[in-house]
Amino acid sequence: MNLTLKVWRQSGPKDSGQFETHLIEEVSEDSSFLEMMDQLNEQLLENGIEPIAFDHDCREGICGMCSLTINGFAHGPEDSTTTCQLHMRKFNDGDIITIEPFRARAFPVVRDLVVDRSSFDKIIQAGGFISARTGSAPDGNAIPIPKEDADKAMDAAACIGCGACVASCKNASAMLFTSAKAGHLNLLPQGQAEKDARVLNMVKTMDESGFGNCRNYGECSAACPKDISLDYIAKLNRDHAKAKIKNLFS
Amino acid sequence: MFTSSLGKKYLMALTGLVLIGFVFVHMAGNLQVFAGQAQINSYAHSLQSLPWFVLWGSRLFLLASIMIHAWTAYSLIVENRKARPNKNDVEVTKRAGWSSLRMGLTGTIILAFVVFHLLHFTIRSIYPEYAEMTTTVGSPAGEEIHDAFSMIIAGFKHEFISVFYVVAMFLLCRHLAHGFSSVFQSLGLRSEAWEKKLNLVSFAYAWLIFAGFSVVPLSVLIQKHGIFQFYDPSFFSS
Repeated sequence: MNLTLKVWRQSGPKDSGQFETHLIEEVSEDSSFLEMMDQLNEQLLENGIEPIAFDHDCREGICGMCSLTINGFAHGPEDSTTTCQLHMRKFNDGDIITIEPFRARAFPVVRDLVVDRSSFDKIIQAGGFISARTGSAPDGNAIPIPKEDADKAMDAAACIGCGACVASCKNASAMLFTSAKAGHLNLLPQGQAEKDARVLNMVKTMDESGFGNCRNYGECSAACPKDISLDYIAKLNRDHAKAKIKNLFS
Repeated sequence: MFTSSLGKKYLMALTGLVLIGFVFVHMAGNLQVFAGQAQINSYAHSLQSLPWFVLWGSRLFLLASIMIHAWTAYSLIVENRKARPNKNDVEVTKRAGWSSLRMGLTGTIILAFVVFHLLHFTIRSIYPEYAEMTTTVGSPAGEEIHDAFSMIIAGFKHEFISVFYVVAMFLLCRHLAHGFSSVFQSLGLRSEAWEKKLNLVSFAYAWLIFAGFSVVPLSVLIQKHGIFQFYDPSFFSS
């Protein structure tokens, strides 16, 4: 298939950036979106043009490294799919595809399509962990946890931290990410001791990083490659309110 | 408590909840116009003759709710614009509906409507003659009281005003469709188990409020144009 690609080019964080149009021919329907990008970069190299920078790592949909806003959708139009797992058969011959970086003040562009998502790391550093020493891995059933809680915690832990929730949110809110990371620990017995501090610190860091506010659109969950539910945002709101109220009396 | 991003959302939800409750009581009050002049006049009179601290306490409480709701919304919108300074070349949505994306627009128009409505029927400065309308019909002790019924009929005989009221109520309906369920999401009082039910209640409540408010101006216009008679025809003779 032959495609027209409208790709964002930006030489560095201070450059204002602009779109560049490239034609690409003989793209296999079986290639992934990133393989198509590789093919484009080879073509650019042959023509003496600087290749396009984009993030990628495992290419199996589990590392959270790939990004790209494709035709306005974070990770492209397919539901529950990362860019690396998106295949070119989902597009048609002759399509014009617009490729942009994940856009948010808290995700500054490093170069072309690569953005700096380290504000997510700061949120994790603020409370997305358990500080008690737990020794080596315990036996599977040594700590009894109801199946339902374990399932909910696991669904939240499925978050790969790719940032599609922020990119798809009209307000660049990081609520789905923060709520998944706080929720997965808050649901488990190991997470109880630091629950209030975790929620307060993670929300504080989220606000300070320059993310926007949640307006309950649901775009984040719709774009999430791991289908994280808005329930975790409701839970974060609830846990945060409880922690604030408890703080009033402590 | 209310300084963080989540705290501001709690404020939006709590003041929103007050206003959600208020519009229902207001609508139920309005519908008494269909029970005739005596009923609506005596209801209006009973509200006006509440002890001053109850009357003004409620008014100030509602006014404060509206102001906090509007001001918090404004500051959230300013923050949100800063958080996403560069727009996508292609702006699309997967799930967000019309109502949820335009809360600021519908809210601003509703706020303008509320100001107009207060000047129209409460302060009565747009048509000062409404303040002169008095009657003994519906008066508990037989003294002259304000004739709310005649004011409503006179007010909604103006096509432009009635259409503006109905349009504003439609926007309120859209605002509530997203706002009602958002109250529960923002306060964390929601789970997957009853998300669907909550959305259904939200949807039904929004349309109930629209229907309950709009039926009054529409009924006056319908009778004015001789299509159907809801009220005593003597009020339409002039």
